[in-house]
Amino acid sequence: MAQPILEMRSITKEFPGVKALTDVNLTVHPLEIHAICGENGAGKSTLMKVLSGVHPHGSYTGTITFDGHEVTFRDIRHSEAAGIVIIHQELALIPELSIAENIFLGNENAQRGVINWDATNRRAIDLLARVGLRENPLTPVKHLGIGKQQLVEIAKALSRDVKLLILDEPTAALNDDDAQHLLGLLKELQRKGITSIMISHKLNEIEQIADRITILRDGRTIETLDVTEGDVDEDRIIRGMVGRDLEHRFPDHTPQIGDVLLEVEGWTVMHPHDHERTVIDDAALQVRRGEIVGIAGLMGAGRTELARSIFGRSYGSRIQGSLRLEGKELTLKTVADAIDAGLAYVSEDRKSLGLNLLDDIKTSISSAKLDKLVTGLTVDENREVLVAETYRRDLAIKAPSVAAGVAKLSGGNQQKVVLSKWMFTDPKVLILDEPTRGIDVGAKFEIYGIIQQLADQGRGVIVISSELPELLGLCDRIYTLAEGRITHEFSHEEASQEALMRHMTSHTR
Amino acid sequence: MNSLRRMLGSNIRQYGMVLALAAIVLYFQFRTDGVLLKPLNVSNLLTQNSYILILAIGMVMVIISRHIDLSVGSVAAFVGAVAAIMMTKWDLPWFVAVVLCLGLGALIGAWHGFWVAYVGIPAFIVTLASMLIFRGLTLTVLNGETVANLPPQFEGMGNGFLPEIGPDTGLHNLTMLIGAAMSAFVVWIEFRRRASATRYQFDVAPRPLFLAKVALEVVVIMYFVYVLAQYRGLPVVAVILFALVGLYTFLMSRTVIGRQIYAVGGNVDAATMSGVRTRRIDFLVLTNMGMLAALAGMVFAARLTAANPKAGVNFELDAIAAAFIGGAAVTGGVGTVVGAIIGGFVMGVLNNGMSLRGVGIDWQQTIKGLVLLAAVAFDVYNKRRAAVGGGAGAEKENAAAPPPPELEEQLAELPDSLVTTTGTGDATAGT
Repeated sequence: MAQPILEMRSITKEFPGVKALTDVNLTVHPLEIHAICGENGAGKSTLMKVLSGVHPHGSYTGTITFDGHEVTFRDIRHSEAAGIVIIHQELALIPELSIAENIFLGNENAQRGVINWDATNRRAIDLLARVGLRENPLTPVKHLGIGKQQLVEIAKALSRDVKLLILDEPTAALNDDDAQHLLGLLKELQRKGITSIMISHKLNEIEQIADRITILRDGRTIETLDVTEGDVDEDRIIRGMVGRDLEHRFPDHTPQIGDVLLEVEGWTVMHPHDHERTVIDDAALQVRRGEIVGIAGLMGAGRTELARSIFGRSYGSRIQGSLRLEGKELTLKTVADAIDAGLAYVSEDRKSLGLNLLDDIKTSISSAKLDKLVTGLTVDENREVLVAETYRRDLAIKAPSVAAGVAKLSGGNQQKVVLSKWMFTDPKVLILDEPTRGIDVGAKFEIYGIIQQLADQGRGVIVISSELPELLGLCDRIYTLAEGRITHEFSHEEASQEALMRHMTSHTR
Repeated sequence: MNSLRRMLGSNIRQYGMVLALAAIVLYFQFRTDGVLLKPLNVSNLLTQNSYILILAIGMVMVIISRHIDLSVGSVAAFVGAVAAIMMTKWDLPWFVAVVLCLGLGALIGAWHGFWVAYVGIPAFIVTLASMLIFRGLTLTVLNGETVANLPPQFEGMGNGFLPEIGPDTGLHNLTMLIGAAMSAFVVWIEFRRRASATRYQFDVAPRPLFLAKVALEVVVIMYFVYVLAQYRGLPVVAVILFALVGLYTFLMSRTVIGRQIYAVGGNVDAATMSGVRTRRIDFLVLTNMGMLAALAGMVFAARLTAANPKAGVNFELDAIAAAFIGGAAVTGGVGTVVGAIIGGFVMGVLNNGMSLRGVGIDWQQTIKGLVLLAAVAFDVYNKRRAAVGGGAGAEKENAAAPPPPELEEQLAELPDSLVTTTGTGDATAGT
């Protein structure tokens, strides 16, 4: 076999306190399409950042050999000069600039700083033809749909004499037609001499176009499968991705499940700006008293969007469907309505949506239901301290006092403050979006305990998580969500990582 | 020294500004051979800066909620002009004109609020437009002329003094009494705050340091009123100003709406997701700014005893500078009314002192600009140091201390309906 075009050997990358990659190996042969698979957090993106110089040489250990030479990239420009171009999930195009300007941004057809626009546009037309995009190169990028923007990104890569093209979740935001066109283009480029690495969660697409597949799990290389040799199907890939024992511990818990509390039916949500794009499609779910219900879905499946659209329409447009709480039909137009009705939403992103980092613990805890502390005209600050002290004691929030700023707390303690804030609103149903993200194992265990106790008090709890073991250990029932649709409903007994993963990656269209 | 640093630590910017103000006052007191703190000059200092200080109160609230208002100078001029026309051309009673004009100011503010909060245009643009619009309208309503002959009661708002009561003591009795009342109030507040902080075992300064601080505050207040009492007593506008400072400090620190203003400025997305109606907050803050701009405009017209088309030029810049010198953050969420007042006095004393020293207007501008830059640079430097140094200390103290024993009883008395929680420590059993 020919010499590999890329060989990454024993790559180890540590962040403060976390080993993101441990002894990872990746070998890519010339002219192949190589897929990288793994769960969220398995280390795929970190590995690509090491390769493209975002994490520069010296910040990791191990060697990279590209095109026969050992390479030590300082930054992205350096790796691009060598012929490696990475296209990120969030496109890096500038919406106000034209297609041609975007393609040659940072690589202008210029002599002594003066741009030759004729040459720019002429070359842009050639490049657009190569990616099969029929658009005027002077069109501003903001007028293109997301699928066409993706093609512009590829044209931009081609303009730089790319040898190795890396695509991070290229089809995540595309509809089926655009996705198929893109996959066809990758095959086409392969014939014309371009090697690709593709990170994707969509296993059917990987099966369709990849020549070889490398599977990462917990920052390690698990295996490399050769598709051309046969015997590789979705089940085989899933087994590699999730094949580990439950490593988290969960407090013992016997659920006490009562009658139906929250019922959502026919829930359809459009994108907040693009009113034609369906984000949540006809979703239906139920939560009973004392029940912990899980929602499993990959990134981009619409988990957070579903939760936030229910929580006072804080996401989306043209929301349709019915929402019943304790049998009563509700119309929640604002977050304040949702809180008053008895809903609580603990956001995925503590720092940008959950907390005001300028606040201290006590003002954070009272912030979602300050009315409860008002006497006369003023906020009763003595009671506020007592309330906060109660939570500090009961949830074991580790801080010198409730006057301590939340910005300096650890992730686990910040999350306990956010949980306290929502417990203080006395909700009937709590929606917890990635409640243990970025939290160490000990604090996770405590938070599981808190979640179980909230359920035992007769509340309904919805847990959204990308960590399947967490859902399996915690939830009485689990819905899988894929591309905005609820694809299956599992009882605790029926659910397994493989079954969940299959319905998280399945296509119902 | 350590405890002093701890007391200052949380609020070093504001203490820093108080110290800077004291240093500036002492410097000019010395360099002007005592003219700066002469009764007449102190009285002038207050009345000359009153309208900027009124604007600074509204401005710091606008800045806390992460906006800016460039129109306040023009709005002040416009409303001052309308007030003068109401009283001289339409013969409306002065108090009717004042009330109507406050309403007009609020309406103008609501106009800004509509565009900023509900249409989503940045406040910088909306109020820049208004800066032009209301400067133009001022010229229109005044026909480019000055309108004078305002009612004396109205003029009293700008340059009147409190009436005298009681026997002739050589000092202004009512002013001294008000000073004593203010001192008593400050002492009461300080002790109450300390008591509650002690009860909850928050960091408090050692007792001698605390007593020294309170004594210093009383001395400053009493010396201030004593100086004023030697002249004609408290100016009316000073009473208006102190009342506003008290009212808005209360609003910002003790009420729900104050909390929500800080919340919106600190993290607008988190505030939205906590049920704060963030647009309404933006709207109200800008409406309030319009009303205070109207008041400042009337006070200015009253002080000049006339409305003129050039009134209020650059007021917005002084008010914005006052807010930033007084500790407000450009990114929102940070700042206090008292801080903005202190910032305003820093600028005012610099102006006054340099004028007394015969420094030209050219150099005055330059120096004021440098002071603004230095104040904010000092703040940025401090924040950066706190971000580096504070972490380690906080980590060390991060033990889960149980609630103070005295609190346990009170905790038990909290009604169950108030606090939804898990059982004591149950959640963490087994770790």
